[in-house]
Amino acid sequence: MVHRSSVPMHWRLYESRYNLVGNKCLVCGEFFYPSKIVCPNCRRRGILKRVVFSGKGKIYSYTIIRNAPRGFEKYAPYVVAIVELDEGPRVMGWIVDSKISDIKIGRRVSVVFRKIYEDGKEGLIHYGFKFRVIDEK
Amino acid sequence: MRNVAVVGVGETAFGEHWEKSLRALAVEAGIAAIRDANIEGADIEAMYIGNMSAGKFIGQEHLAALAVDQAGLVGIPSSRLEAACASGSLAFRQACLAVASGEYDIVIAAGAEKMTDLQTEDVTTTLMGAGDQEWEGWLGMTFPGLYALMARRHMYEYNTTREQMALFSVNGHKNAALNPKAQFPFEITVEDVLNSPLVADPLRLLDCSPVSDGAAAVIIASEDAAKRFENPIWLIGSGQATDNLALHDRKSLTSLRATKIAAKKAYEQAGISPEKIDVAEVHDCFSINGLIALEDLGFCERGKSGKFVEDGNIERGAAVSINTSGGLKAKGHPVGATGISQIIEIVKQLRGECGKRQVPAEFGLTHNVGGTGATVVVNIFGKELKERWV
Repeated sequence: MVHRSSVPMHWRLYESRYNLVGNKCLVCGEFFYPSKIVCPNCRRRGILKRVVFSGKGKIYSYTIIRNAPRGFEKYAPYVVAIVELDEGPRVMGWIVDSKISDIKIGRRVSVVFRKIYEDGKEGLIHYGFKFRVIDEK
Repeated sequence: MRNVAVVGVGETAFGEHWEKSLRALAVEAGIAAIRDANIEGADIEAMYIGNMSAGKFIGQEHLAALAVDQAGLVGIPSSRLEAACASGSLAFRQACLAVASGEYDIVIAAGAEKMTDLQTEDVTTTLMGAGDQEWEGWLGMTFPGLYALMARRHMYEYNTTREQMALFSVNGHKNAALNPKAQFPFEITVEDVLNSPLVADPLRLLDCSPVSDGAAAVIIASEDAAKRFENPIWLIGSGQATDNLALHDRKSLTSLRATKIAAKKAYEQAGISPEKIDVAEVHDCFSINGLIALEDLGFCERGKSGKFVEDGNIERGAAVSINTSGGLKAKGHPVGATGISQIIEIVKQLRGECGKRQVPAEFGLTHNVGGTGATVVVNIFGKELKERWV
């Protein structure tokens, strides 16, 4: 797929994907990840400020992908979850380095930096965040 | 705004049409609709066609012009509408609005998709274009995966069971067995669903609608023009709404806000409540979405859809006959064609032309979802014209 090998398309998302950078509206106080271009609550009256998220949260829902799309076949099966970050927003990411029996709705997770996929033998190698289950309450 | 009616319907069988191209399927459906309406091609003043992704499926864009060209209708305005799996319903709504506005008296609304030319992995990738590519698609998420997240959450919040979800597919197949246009015209059991391979836990293969080829078309006429047709079926309510594109941005995973907004609008226009709906085609791209639709459309209380299905309320002739065509699961889901095909089933039910799967029906409803619910269209049809729909 063409879009996967586009360097600028991924380059402009590096900071956000590598360091979990989103934003927050100083007017309504809501946190956003990924960053919003316009605050959906305040629209033009909103004031958006860059925020680095703590990377901690809990599993809101999860699934195990067994039929993978092109480029991800060799990783299947893999666990993808919606994680509710402590700051409020929910984000989608893999759950890795965890026992399958520990992956449950409500379990605490923490962000880890991982390879997401390789675009063939000579293409880009994409990195970003995944999550792992942690013991804290 | 003027009232509008559906005065002709036509569609191809849904399935793996290796011998037919997208253009051939679209023309076949269009001719069938024109023949059913008993009009001439020259009577058609404009075309609207729904298609999700011919660009990725077969490398073809500019579909609206291709369709009029292949149908021998060059000259008239033709527009392509896209809202993922709700593309067909968008084409229908735009066609209806154009007629209601007074611009045209007779138009054709079609939907078509050719999916089986690609390998499964590429179909999966292409369908994921209906989600958020930067934050869902990039990490290897799939559409079964997104709906699996909704299913898991519905099971968690409302104790919905695996068996209850399976029953939705069982109902679809039972009806499809009586539909000669269906991709899977045979019955299945709950055990078949529960023993089918896992696709994205907790969803299994028989929870999922298939990859299909197919096309569908309807002829739409203004109130004045409709008078000369034998059996017009009236659009008495129609709503279209949107929600956040990415699933993780939604407040709830167990209800589609866009369905609720669109349904409210449609019921208000029609001036009827959900209890009056006799037959409905709902968007069961995955079994869980069929259950959620029953709740959001007001056929049962929130969180109670599993029990509602278990108690037999969606079977033919029960509280509300759901997916008498077989639904997306068993009739097939050529994404761009689905919205139009749903309308065709409801029109035929209201005309009394559904043969062995016919149910007594005065009012029918269609519910068509794009993506995971970022676009939803709800239409209500009636045999009689009682109120203005806009």
